[in-house]
Amino acid sequence: MRNPGGPAVADRTPPREAAARRTDRPVIRLQGAGVAYGHRAVWRHADLEVAPGEFVVVLGPNGAGKTTLLRVLLGLHRLAEGTVEVLGGPPRRGRHAVGYVPQRRTLDSDLTLRARDLVALGVDGDHWGIPLPFASARRKRALVDAALEAVDATAYAGRAIGRLSGGEQQRLLLAQALVTEPRLLLLDEPLASLDIRSQGVISGLVAGLARERGITVVLVAHDVNPLVSFVDRVVYVAGGAMVSGRADEVITTETLSALYDYPVEVIRDSRGRIVVVGLDDCDSHHH
Amino acid sequence: MVRSHVTWNLVDDWHQLVQYDFMRHALLAGGIAAVLCGAVGCFVVLRGLSFATDTLTHVGFAGASGAVVIGLSPVAGLLGLTALMAVALGALEQRLRGRDVVIGMILVLTLGLGLFFLRLYRGYSNETYALLFGSILALSPRDVVVVAVGAAIALAALAAIFRPLLFASLDEQLAEARGVPVRAVATAFLLVLAVAVTAATQVIGALLAVALLIAPGATAQRLTTRPAAWLLLSVAVALGVTWTGLALALWQPYPASFFITSLSTLTYLAVRLVTAGAGLSRLRPAMRPAPAAEG
Repeated sequence: MRNPGGPAVADRTPPREAAARRTDRPVIRLQGAGVAYGHRAVWRHADLEVAPGEFVVVLGPNGAGKTTLLRVLLGLHRLAEGTVEVLGGPPRRGRHAVGYVPQRRTLDSDLTLRARDLVALGVDGDHWGIPLPFASARRKRALVDAALEAVDATAYAGRAIGRLSGGEQQRLLLAQALVTEPRLLLLDEPLASLDIRSQGVISGLVAGLARERGITVVLVAHDVNPLVSFVDRVVYVAGGAMVSGRADEVITTETLSALYDYPVEVIRDSRGRIVVVGLDDCDSHHH
Repeated sequence: MVRSHVTWNLVDDWHQLVQYDFMRHALLAGGIAAVLCGAVGCFVVLRGLSFATDTLTHVGFAGASGAVVIGLSPVAGLLGLTALMAVALGALEQRLRGRDVVIGMILVLTLGLGLFFLRLYRGYSNETYALLFGSILALSPRDVVVVAVGAAIALAALAAIFRPLLFASLDEQLAEARGVPVRAVATAFLLVLAVAVTAATQVIGALLAVALLIAPGATAQRLTTRPAAWLLLSVAVALGVTWTGLALALWQPYPASFFITSLSTLTYLAVRLVTAGAGLSRLRPAMRPAPAAEG
């Protein structure tokens, strides 16, 4: 992996709670990692260390292996080479310390299940048998209420999921991921198909919760702009490789052109928004 | 068929209904099948398995007619082949997703095979008719016991996998990451569905079984937002249409299967019209001010 400009430095001071949880052990460590589907390598030679409390944004074109990176961290996809460690151990499924929001397909508008039932499945969806009204039910209720409160979704917790807006559904999925009190949040394109205002609101919500609770966040996105004020580190996946560092180190004409092996240009507009030009040509060039 | 007369005296009507053995068997077997189909139907609707369910009923037809040819009971063939198909569908689910063509071809192939088997059996048209369109008023006590035992096992299995199944049906990736064995749960559900298809075929026949497995679940889905209420309401609808259909068949010279399928569809249509028109306010999004621009 190419790491321009040395190790990433978090440019905001973590609050006390986060600092208390910080140890020297990285939350995520990839060493010489590579993944493949069949014989086709997706990316290779990836090294990545994410410190506790860091807010990481994963960028890159479609099909570059961003979701695959999350699947590796979740223990759903095996590395073809190298090693991976998550929270000090090999990744495995069903861990309460890891919260996950998969890429959202629009939920069926006929889906009349209550919003809070989706969040409740985050607590005990992997348990066998039917839920019974015992003490654990009260505990579950309290957990679900707290998670709904945290994402400000209490108002529509009783409504049918299918009839909620994209932003509201995204909040519920976030609540579902928070309900087990994770130390690591893996979010796959939580801003996709949201309008620009909701993108800002959801980004702020995730960043605020992560800072408050000292949660490490790995967020896959298409566009870094709504996230630029929160991000500690950018991981750019493209052309079978991975680059990581601060946003202003990674998203540069030089780094991205090298990564894509194709001349692209990074432009910043008068308000500091970042635009990568030439990617459309690049995609068609590869496909 | 014995002719009776419907009156406005419900007690009298009830006595008329249960005075015959065949009617008691039919009400019992129909009721058990309805409870199972109502519960299973919720997940058929939620998982979008209507077409796969229809295919299972046709596979069941081939299994039943094949069993008759080799001298086995039709129920054994029905259950055996649908269960086998369920396991195959479960194993291939990933690859079959969105492949309607493959499932559709299995559907017609098995229907044709069923016809072929019946021909080998020297074409007893009564058998064909019973398998395709149901023969609930001709059930033996043994058939009732078979349906009851099968349904009890299937319902117990459904209760055991209830939460993981609900989770995986809502979001498979999420459930998988949370540690739910999604493949095993999907296959277990398809096996439960095979039993439900078998039970429903006993009641209203292979061609119409899908009505009891889709309409009640779809109807109930429009009326509630709670999983438990959805399940109970679906069971209630299935029971209601089955028993009403059977009662109507006793008093009218038309087959029970016709009444059951028509009532299922009409109930769904009525509920759909009512919920679409007036609407349950809690099912619809309220108008809200847009969220603030900055988070």
